[in-house]
Amino acid sequence: MDTFVQQLINGLTIGSIYALIALGYTLVYGILKLINFAHGDVYMVGAYMGFLIAVYVFGSQASIFNFVVVLLGAMAIAAIIGMAIERFAYRPVRKFSRMTTLITAMGMSLFLEYLFTFIFSGVPKTFPLLIQNDNYNLFGEVTISTTQILIFMIAIILMLGLEWIIHKTKIGKAMRATSHNLNSAKLMGINTDFVIAFTFALGSALAAAGGVLVAQYQPKIFPLMGLMAGLKAFVAAVLGGIGNVMGAVLGGLLIGMAETFVVGYGHYVGIPSTYRDAVAFAILILVLLIRPAGLLGSNVQEKV
Amino acid sequence: MLKLENVSVSYGAIEALTDINLHVEKGEVVTLIGANGAGKTTTLRTITGLLEPREGRVVYEGEDISAAPTHTLVPKGIAMSPEGRGVFANMTIQENLEMGAYTRKDKKEVAKDMRHAFELFPRLAERKTQKAGTMSGGEQQMLAIGRALMSEPRLLLLDEPSLGLAPILVHTIFESIENIRSEGTTILLVEQNANAALHHSDRAYVLETGRIVMEGDSKELAADPKVKEAYLGE
Ligand SMILES: Nc1ncnc2c1ncn2[C@@H]1O[C@H](COP(=O)(O)OP(=O)(O)OP(=O)(O)O)[C@@H](O)[C@H]1O
Ligand SMILES: [Mg+2]
Repeated sequence: MDTFVQQLINGLTIGSIYALIALGYTLVYGILKLINFAHGDVYMVGAYMGFLIAVYVFGSQASIFNFVVVLLGAMAIAAIIGMAIERFAYRPVRKFSRMTTLITAMGMSLFLEYLFTFIFSGVPKTFPLLIQNDNYNLFGEVTISTTQILIFMIAIILMLGLEWIIHKTKIGKAMRATSHNLNSAKLMGINTDFVIAFTFALGSALAAAGGVLVAQYQPKIFPLMGLMAGLKAFVAAVLGGIGNVMGAVLGGLLIGMAETFVVGYGHYVGIPSTYRDAVAFAILILVLLIRPAGLLGSNVQEKV
Repeated sequence: MLKLENVSVSYGAIEALTDINLHVEKGEVVTLIGANGAGKTTTLRTITGLLEPREGRVVYEGEDISAAPTHTLVPKGIAMSPEGRGVFANMTIQENLEMGAYTRKDKKEVAKDMRHAFELFPRLAERKTQKAGTMSGGEQQMLAIGRALMSEPRLLLLDEPSLGLAPILVHTIFESIENIRSEGTTILLVEQNANAALHHSDRAYVLETGRIVMEGDSKELAADPKVKEAYLGE
């Protein structure tokens, strides 16, 4: 029982990170029907931006204030980078086939990975711990750390914030309209180019938050860190139903838990813990076979 | 009010409109009739900036809007109910109407116009909170027109509002078009239902494979033997 709850907590922690990244995939897909392959790399970029601020602005000193500034700073810079990627890489090719944009996205992903390898080298950097980490005993053998609590809290705040933006603000309404029907949205007077840029900014900021948070949990950051995390978050988005915001959150949490349980319990059923990275892909194949629309994916047809 | 001057439009190598000249004066209902693929939708999409003319220009109230982005035309007073209606399927009727008023800031007036849209289409009022995607084709058509009206357009473009509707609903739609024009809105109406369109308009253009082949007073065109044979099935 104790180990089960412990696994659950650990799974939800990493799942929250996947959820934050998955939101960006789903938001962009919802609007452009584009799998933004560079999104995992924006998560990596976010982690590096946070690293730069933490080390060069705050001299690696820990404090809540420093942490908040690092988090917000990384999110803001990633938002700008996300908008720049959209503006200069995707927008010019948007009028061509969807395949063209997809290939551009793959190119952008490689570009970011090798640009950061060039600047920072492939050797992992150690992200300074900005909030003192303590372990709290919940019951029995079960513990939760400050960092884990922090990850949950910030993930929840950001997700509620996103919900609020999408459902209660004017730009959120415009995002929903644009994702339902691009041309109709234009005919309502919505500047859809702006909406698309804004969507990239939002998704990138959330991914960067994931990057900073993960670096508080597993402090090694490296230029290819977005590869696996990005793929898993993509699977999470598909599992939840790509284009569906709640689905991305649910998918992220499920993937995080599935992976942790494989490490914790897999050996009982003959699955070695080294298969943890394969779990997400097994799930992807199952989803595509059984329920391609994903768990919360809707099939509302537009009437013609 | 609106003028197309020598407008040609192509999709890649395919020319869809050739040298179109047409004008719509304030307070008129002008109709554009033609068979499938004649270029009617292309004409409306060009006016609203969803397509750009390869040659010629689109002039609205003295201003060249040929290259103006679509979203900038709404505040200038142009609204369209597009082909296929293009309602926001996952939004309710009320939310769809609110989207129509997206660029407006006068909340009180918007609320008034919303009530007015419900008066014009009582069917919508009964279904306010229903998701647009679950409505019948006729109801979606009413919603698309109501939504276009929510921006307080001075020029309303309607793309085949009667398409696929039962005769009784076609009648309702054309009645509401009469109501809208009587309130002073200028209308450019695209139709395959030439009979009803000619009956409810002042002037008409006949489009054939991307060219205007006839134009004139709607009553006169309706009496023209060639139009009768080709479009009125007589
Ligand atoms: N996106 C597109 N790409 C290529 N050709 C197109 C495209 N849209 C329309 N066309 C072509 O342009 C011509 C005019 O099409 P348009 O949709 O304007 O006709 P329409 O008069 O509205 O017909 P309908 O009554 O069937 O709606 C047709 O030959 C059509 O095949
Ligand atoms: Mg058409």
